Amino acid sequence: MSVDWSTSGVAGDDVPAVDLTTVDVTGVDLTADLGPNLQLPNPLMTASGCAANGKELHRFGDVAQLGAFVTKSVKRDPQSGRGTPRMAETPSGMLNSIGLQGPGIDAFVEHDLPWLKSVGARAIVSIAGASSGEFAEVAGRLVAAPDFDAVAAIEVNISCPNVANRGLVFACDPASSTEVLRLVAPEVPNGIPLLAKLTPDVTDIVPIAEAALAGGAHGLTMINTLLGIHIDTERMRPHLFGTTGGLSGPAIRPVAVRAIWQVHAAMRAGRIPAAPIVGVGGVRTGQDALELTLAGASAIQVGTAIFNDPSAPWRVARELRDLLGQRGIPRYRDLVGAAHQN
Amino acid sequence: MTGRDMTGHDMTGRDAGVCQATARVAGNAPAAAYRHLTLDAPGIAQLAQPGQFVALTVGGPTSALLLRRSFSIHRVDPAAGTVEIVVSDAGPGTAWITRLDDGESVDIVGPLGRGFTLPDAPGAAVLIGGGYGSAPMFWLANVLRENGFAIHHVLGAASADRLFGAELADPADELIVTTDDGSQGERGWVSDPLPGLLERTGAKAVYACGPMGMLRAVTEIATAHGARAEVAVEEAMACGIGVCMTCVLPVVGADGVTRMSRSCVDGPIFDATTVRWDAVAGGRVAVPADCLGAPR
Repeated sequence: MSVDWSTSGVAGDDVPAVDLTTVDVTGVDLTADLGPNLQLPNPLMTASGCAANGKELHRFGDVAQLGAFVTKSVKRDPQSGRGTPRMAETPSGMLNSIGLQGPGIDAFVEHDLPWLKSVGARAIVSIAGASSGEFAEVAGRLVAAPDFDAVAAIEVNISCPNVANRGLVFACDPASSTEVLRLVAPEVPNGIPLLAKLTPDVTDIVPIAEAALAGGAHGLTMINTLLGIHIDTERMRPHLFGTTGGLSGPAIRPVAVRAIWQVHAAMRAGRIPAAPIVGVGGVRTGQDALELTLAGASAIQVGTAIFNDPSAPWRVARELRDLLGQRGIPRYRDLVGAAHQN
Repeated sequence: MTGRDMTGHDMTGRDAGVCQATARVAGNAPAAAYRHLTLDAPGIAQLAQPGQFVALTVGGPTSALLLRRSFSIHRVDPAAGTVEIVVSDAGPGTAWITRLDDGESVDIVGPLGRGFTLPDAPGAAVLIGGGYGSAPMFWLANVLRENGFAIHHVLGAASADRLFGAELADPADELIVTTDDGSQGERGWVSDPLPGLLERTGAKAVYACGPMGMLRAVTEIATAHGARAEVAVEEAMACGIGVCMTCVLPVVGADGVTRMSRSCVDGPIFDATTVRWDAVAGGRVAVPADCLGAPR
């Protein structure tokens, strides 16, 4: 079957003919295995907060051809987010300080989820809350949505750094991580995996991963951004309106690889239960995606690279496929954690 | 200004056609303190409307500068397939763009955002550009003139070397130039001649592009004279395509509710009276307390 990954030319309604079926002309099986309830035709996803809720990016590629589309974290009520400036460019990355701007779960369910379903996307819906109870309420309203059948999984964002109170970063504390998952899990029907999104800004990420799994997570998404500050040396004040922001981009890729490595190693050693890891952090190329996979990720999200190249998720999938084809590696999923064996 | 675009189509930035292309640099010439770049990008040239913008990458596919730089489109030539922009060297990213040589390539996305709209009835129109904010105004003037408008340009800058395009105004149009230091034209701000000009011409259509302080002053003067202003805002953008949520401004919607709106898809052209200028101060924009979803 012919595969056209071209991204130039007019998009809009006429999105590029991008097709990434399980087995293509190169003979590479890109199927991603994220447990019995989440098998994806390829491992590439968008990262939450880097692709809005799909319509904008759909002008540059067919979001249904991605392994999954991960939505921007949604809370119970509409959120204005923070004032501006909301971003600062940093070496090979950026700080963002958005503050979870969004429409709230009811508007998401009314407008965004039906659209994702209409284009055939596999949606992974990212949910957030200021309390464990809010997470559960958001999950409950999502599950009750008429279009919930478009939801392939729920990503529980317990690690957003852009909150007023640092104590609200649930994923900085094992007990809080368990608590959120424990309240969300009963709201969600069997067969819908819960992915807990973790921050690397902790002393040891392994106990946090263990705590999230103990609370009911079926998998882990690693990593969220790292907390940073940029000071405007002309005005001699913090550049970001919200002072702190989350650092993302290729600059943090080694941190992602380290976090995935540590948690996957603990799983291999039997110190914590085995569960699939979705790798995210600084992925810009197919080789980057391969690196996170070798560390232990079973699927890969592309985030900040989208700001540089809106075609990046599809391009990375193509590059990964070609890389495996050139190396004579027939199945992507055989590479998960392979660097631990060599 | 009713939401008609310059070709009479119903225009919504989000649904407009957009291209991502590798553009060859067909020209790079000095223009006052700026560089005037011509890019081969036929898809964008055919789709673009005055007021829309393009977003360029910096430094190629392995660059450590990841974020796109956005530029208002100076003009397009659909037949030649070219898109022209005016670039000010304001940092390492824009410096790289100003150094692009003929024949080199750059990744470009566009046309992006909503363009200017046409008033219902022809009359006098005042077009105001601060610094290189005048870049889109001559193309806009051509379209307005073709639609029966009398054009009055006001170009202003800190000094003569920061003015862009005074020689580009059509001889049929009025041209007023201001500089802060008096090195060219009238000494003063670009907004200073505006009250007299609006009274003299009776213009009900005002278009402005430049710094936020200038746009606010233009809005207040236009409103006081019963004129409707459209402003092109310049907010820091990471992506330009509506996914990063960094370029927001508090804007009042048709329902009277203020929302943090993305200037890349809901703008960059806004009806001036819908922008919450009260939230803009000192290089920052706060979230108004009555904004939808404001922190409580």
